Amino acid sequence: MTAPVYNFAYLDEQTKRMIRRAILKAIAIPGYQVPFASREMPMPYGWGTGGVQVTASIIGPDDILKVIDQGSDDTTNAVSIRKFFSRTAGVRTTTATREATVIQTRHRIPETPLTEDQVLVYQVPIPEPLRFLEPRETETRRMHALSEYGLMHVKLYEDIARHGHIATTYAYPVKVAQRYVMDPSPIPKFDNPKLTDCPALQLFGAGREKRIYAIPPYTPVVSLDFDDHPFEPYRHDAQCELCGAADSYLDEVITDDNGSRMFVCSDTDYCETRRATGKGAQQSAPATEHRS
Amino acid sequence: MTGTDERPLLTIDGLTKWYGRQLGCRDVDFDLYEGEVMAVVGESGSGKSTLLQLLSGQMEPSSGCVVYRQRDGSIADVWQMSEPMRRFLFRTDWGYVHQDAQLGLRMGISAGGNVGERLMAVGWRNYAAIRDSAKSWLDRVEIDSNRIDDTPRTYSGGMRQRLQIARNLVTAPRLIFMDEPTGGLDVSVQARLLDLLRRLVADLNIAAVVVTHDLAVARLLSNRIIVMKAGEIIETGLTDQVLDDPSEPYTQLLVSSILPV
Repeated sequence: MTAPVYNFAYLDEQTKRMIRRAILKAIAIPGYQVPFASREMPMPYGWGTGGVQVTASIIGPDDILKVIDQGSDDTTNAVSIRKFFSRTAGVRTTTATREATVIQTRHRIPETPLTEDQVLVYQVPIPEPLRFLEPRETETRRMHALSEYGLMHVKLYEDIARHGHIATTYAYPVKVAQRYVMDPSPIPKFDNPKLTDCPALQLFGAGREKRIYAIPPYTPVVSLDFDDHPFEPYRHDAQCELCGAADSYLDEVITDDNGSRMFVCSDTDYCETRRATGKGAQQSAPATEHRS
Repeated sequence: MTGTDERPLLTIDGLTKWYGRQLGCRDVDFDLYEGEVMAVVGESGSGKSTLLQLLSGQMEPSSGCVVYRQRDGSIADVWQMSEPMRRFLFRTDWGYVHQDAQLGLRMGISAGGNVGERLMAVGWRNYAAIRDSAKSWLDRVEIDSNRIDDTPRTYSGGMRQRLQIARNLVTAPRLIFMDEPTGGLDVSVQARLLDLLRRLVADLNIAAVVVTHDLAVARLLSNRIIVMKAGEIIETGLTDQVLDDPSEPYTQLLVSSILPV
């Protein structure tokens, strides 16, 4: 069987230039959603078609790519996208955050601090933070243009009225560079503080919605809140049972049908690195906790 | 506040709207002073609602101008203002009560959120303060404050209308537009709503333009009245004077066609 011959990184050069122009605009106006002519990609919407197009446009032969899905390097989505680029672009891939120059992510920011030499590419399902409050796209665009963001606080108000605290735990709205309100894609709000003043360039691609936006390096990003209900990142009150980390974002894993569960780092690379350097938790059998 | 300012709050001059070749309204002039309630009456299709939309800056007139005296005393043509200014005015200094409460409310958001939206839009960022303000407004429009977290979907028609009024009045506007505020409500609810409106407007010294086809509403609420027919003002004056002693044949017809109880 003869494999089809692709242009470097799948997309043709004209398309890449078009996407790069959109990216440049996005960087020039932090947080502003730039429309672009999103292409069909050989994967279904919701699998990161936006992120893949952004990655394809910025990646070069010398880049080292890491792809994570909810922090994990070894889920279907992450593995498939890594394979996709190693086949169509022949670039090196890695799972080590420190090594990578381009990191495509679905719904997490790596625990390891990023550097100026890295680019973080987010896969975004719904770029419009006001979508569920104001369904008219013409109206939300006008609201962005005039920075009428009172409505965003109505959502937070509703949270507090209903739950007693701001119950939005992911896709927590932020204001970028004191101007545009932005949906940081469905990252947990635990990750929100990592958005601000980040040395790495952060790009957001929404394929189905045909939007690209960006946070340039060292840009102030503020999570919206009320004076008397300030923003608080959420984290399970536990340690990772594999590496013992007390500062990382944890996944709750159900281990049997009796309600046993364990908490482990959502960022697999962070967890593995810690274990490799001997920071593991007490190496007892997989510690389980029973719910009575 | 310029409480002693004697100049009109709103000056309407030669306001005309054409929908293509179809006339909406023509050459409407009037002044509206602070604390004054003006009723606009006329049959369906006489241009009342067109006029209201022109006045409230929602539709651009074909010719003529709407001049508004702002809080700082400066005078500005609503259609010469920048769009953000106009929208800001609409959210803060003005209110608009729709006939259909569903258009004026966010049906999926709790009553407290509905009332608080305007406050958050002008920069309130203290949850407790917003909630207190919402509570006190629900109280003033006679909605039980226990229902602050219910959505308007669960409210009756009369309550929705009152909620809509609270939502508009929370930023202490100086001018409020009402399009058939009692339309579609049953008579006892209407009476209660009218009572409430009259009290609020008097207490807060709000100027209002009320469009209605119900002369009883005009009589109860308004100081002055405009009678419209085929897009033009045919008679204007003090409400009691016009309704008791109409001079135009059309107004006479209108007054005499009220069904006696």
